[in-house]
Amino acid sequence: MNWLFRYANPHEFMRLSGAILPFMVIATALAFAVGLYLGFSVPPDYQQGTTVTLMFIHVPADVVAEMAYGVMAVCSLFSLVWRHPLSDTAARAAAPLGAIFTALGIVTGALWGKPMWGTYWAWDPRLTSFLLLLFLYFGYMALWNAIEDETRAARAAAILALVGVVNIPIIKFSVDWWNTLHQGESIVSGKIAPVYLAPLLIMMLAYVLLFFTLWMVRIRTAILERRATALMQRGAP
Amino acid sequence: MSPFATLLLRDVKLAARSGGSAALALSFFALVATLMPLGIGADLRLLARVAAGVLWVGAVLAALLSLDRLFQGDYEDGSLDLIALAPLPLELTALAKIAAHWFSTGLPLTLLSPLLALMFNLPPTPTLVLFFSLLIGTPAVSAIGAIGASLTLSLKRGGLILPLLILPLLAPAVIFGAGAVSATMDGLGGQGALELLAAFSAAAVLLSPFAAAASVRLNLGG
Repeated sequence: MNWLFRYANPHEFMRLSGAILPFMVIATALAFAVGLYLGFSVPPDYQQGTTVTLMFIHVPADVVAEMAYGVMAVCSLFSLVWRHPLSDTAARAAAPLGAIFTALGIVTGALWGKPMWGTYWAWDPRLTSFLLLLFLYFGYMALWNAIEDETRAARAAAILALVGVVNIPIIKFSVDWWNTLHQGESIVSGKIAPVYLAPLLIMMLAYVLLFFTLWMVRIRTAILERRATALMQRGAP
Repeated sequence: MSPFATLLLRDVKLAARSGGSAALALSFFALVATLMPLGIGADLRLLARVAAGVLWVGAVLAALLSLDRLFQGDYEDGSLDLIALAPLPLELTALAKIAAHWFSTGLPLTLLSPLLALMFNLPPTPTLVLFFSLLIGTPAVSAIGAIGASLTLSLKRGGLILPLLILPLLAPAVIFGAGAVSATMDGLGGQGALELLAAFSAAAVLLSPFAAAASVRLNLGG
């Protein structure tokens, strides 16, 4: 673990992340360029027509939305167990990103739902559990903002994130159970054709890279902000 | 009397004597149930269909009303510091508070529910299922609520943020609780849903005291 904790030092983190960041940005842009090009050049699906393209921007958003909560929870665990201030910053930085990806997943899902299901909003298990996930992110961010003392806020938020991580699988299960009981909504399921698989995987990579790039930028910003505040408090010119 | 029972009894008495949170929660519950037909119409068939959902959501919201005071009163007057110093582990303190909250809100709400179900034209068997689902499920509301209450105990207006923190976590209780009634009405049998609700409730009551105790500790400056 020691090699990891070296980078938990904000100074070391700034040095390393500053060196990596340009490459991350380039890789993200490349992945998006290739993924979008491939995504828009796939043949229309026999059933969904050209709207299948939406899959490439919708599915990766959902994947990242859940991954962001995982990232947040891991950081929260680190913050509770090892008390590293950087992991608090990292957990806090991940939350708004997760919320935005969740919202993006819901919006693109609704836009996809209109041509496919004939309605923007269906109480489909997946849409419903993502809506609940969005509220979990909102609660987490609200708790951070509500508690003034930063160390206290960090620990309270970390506890909430871990409670959420225990609960999310239960929520998902219950929502699945709920919907299958009431109506047999048949989502267009089945095996995915290889033509669609490649763009989908590349777009997933692009979204994941985008998340980590933005996350890194947000952590760096938070560290710089804290340094600026410290300088102001010291009364430096 | 054991410290646990003493604390439990003290909190139940406090809830009953100061402001009567049980009476308030019951009135709120009854009012939600009264406003609902005014909003959606008096069609008795429709009301029977939505009764379980309305009453479950109403019960959860009614239980929320008094949750923000779960630790706050003791925190503000300093008794929480003394309780934390007592030999009783903080986890058991949290459990006692959860139990006290349930006795003063969850249980009365459950006892009132058959009457409201009658006004919603719910047939007898589904009413019985609703009663048992609330009896099994409301402890989970108090338990998960205690996590939210302990996280926000130092906040002046913790009551505003509390619902945002815990309502998403309570989705499974509403789904299984109301689902058991719907399944009974559809002739599918509500037993499966009740069992899942019992599992959810048991896990919540068992695990929440640890999370609540951890956040009480951090708020006491530990």
